[in-house]
Amino acid sequence: MKAMVLALIVATAAAAAAVEIAPGDRQSGYDFVSPETRAMQDDDTANPGMLGVLQGETLWAAKAGATDRSCADCHGDARATMKGVAARYPLFEPALARPLDLEGRINRCRSEHQRAAAFAAESADLLALTAFVAYQSRGLPIAVQTNAELKPFLELGSELFHRRQGQLNLSCSQCHDDNWGKRLAGAVIPQAHPTGYPVYRLEWQSLGSLQRRLRNCMTGMRAEPYEYGAPEAVALELYLMARAHGMTIETPGVRP
Amino acid sequence: MARVLINLPAQAKRGEIIEIKTLIGHPMETGYRLGPTGVVFPRDIINRFVCTYNGVQVFGAELHPAIAANPFIAFFTVATESGEIAFSWTDDHGQTQTEVRQITVE
Amino acid sequence: MEEQSPDPPTRRLVLLGAASSGLALCATGPAAASPAAMDEAIRALVSEAPVNRGKVKLELPPIVENGNTVPLTVTVDSPMSETDHVTGIHVFNEKNPQPYVAAFELGPRAGRAMVSTRIRLADSQQVVAIARLNDGSFWSGGADVIVTLAACAEG
Repeated sequence: MKAMVLALIVATAAAAAAVEIAPGDRQSGYDFVSPETRAMQDDDTANPGMLGVLQGETLWAAKAGATDRSCADCHGDARATMKGVAARYPLFEPALARPLDLEGRINRCRSEHQRAAAFAAESADLLALTAFVAYQSRGLPIAVQTNAELKPFLELGSELFHRRQGQLNLSCSQCHDDNWGKRLAGAVIPQAHPTGYPVYRLEWQSLGSLQRRLRNCMTGMRAEPYEYGAPEAVALELYLMARAHGMTIETPGVRP
Repeated sequence: MARVLINLPAQAKRGEIIEIKTLIGHPMETGYRLGPTGVVFPRDIINRFVCTYNGVQVFGAELHPAIAANPFIAFFTVATESGEIAFSWTDDHGQTQTEVRQITVE
Repeated sequence: MEEQSPDPPTRRLVLLGAASSGLALCATGPAAASPAAMDEAIRALVSEAPVNRGKVKLELPPIVENGNTVPLTVTVDSPMSETDHVTGIHVFNEKNPQPYVAAFELGPRAGRAMVSTRIRLADSQQVVAIARLNDGSFWSGGADVIVTLAACAEG
């Protein structure tokens, strides 16, 4: 009996080791990058991610698919109609009984409403359109809903974030909850808040999605990366956005 | 047509030194990057950038693979007169893209 | 961005001064990056002319977060008048596969001899900028950078 109690105490202590970041201590990855990288993000005429936003603006007005409709034909002026949208994603889609991230929503609109072929995952056009839509939420606080429908997916995301995995047997939480601000080789470990996605990552020399960044993380952890669009990937996105609730959207962010 | 961002003032005083910032979307493939099959992606870069002011070159640049993707070039010029400031980027295939902006100088 | 001293490494000047002594510079192959290749490229630009230290300020972050995109600004102290101006600024590096980075053409219409761009740096290394003035003289400035790798990359 005593051994069981001891085992329980040890197990509980171990589980509680991953302390979440206090809301007041949360900082965007922007705060951890060099002044030069921040300067690159701050100037809209020098931010390479803005090239994607411009491309997205063109795509927004482009007719597509069997219906020969553009995004604008249904949604009008994105500056008005898309304001705040990215801040609420991933969002639950009742028809699919699961959450969709912004890329997923755009592709669903394309196939269901425009009757056009979905964009390939991580394609330049999909990234451009996602960046353009997310850009309309720049400056707004992240506000994903965490209602009953999303609860199981949020729990899955949390479990994935805290689970040890890969050859290094590391969890996301161990770096990003417990050791943020410290250095991993030459790089400062950020808190992993998705405030600037799609982001212009200097490593990619292009815009990229949160899912791409997560795949990079998992490769770094020597774990098997999730496929684009996998339920685990979306669940993790949902968890990360909920964890970053209230933080300001910076799209397009610039990160190393 | 690659995406371009140009930042220059629409108006300036005669003799004022103005800053011009340019950004163009281009991968600037170095010719050293290995593909998945072990074969290099061939070099494909923008190798020349020229700025003309009412037809006269006021700035030029010869670019090499060491220039980062989505080339950013910022430079200065004297606002001498109203007119057209044109920007041209030429790539390894000899293709040139030109953008034109108007400036009013009083 | 930290300002770097305008002094180029002394060794470079000595090598440039010895340009006429038949210094054998070898390239070991297309991907051979070396200080010697940089010296050769600089010598091809200046030939027998001396390279003066000064006037040129090369600004690079001392520690680079990602060598794929490094902001660089080069400024030359010059009135940029009709009679006294910079005609060209040439940027070189010593550890990329090629020593050339860019060559900028200026003139009195520039108003200010200051150019900014973003470059790629393959490794921690020296970067050198050489300015040519309208009187045919050459001036140089340099910077030392430490290049770090991004965390958690693609593969």
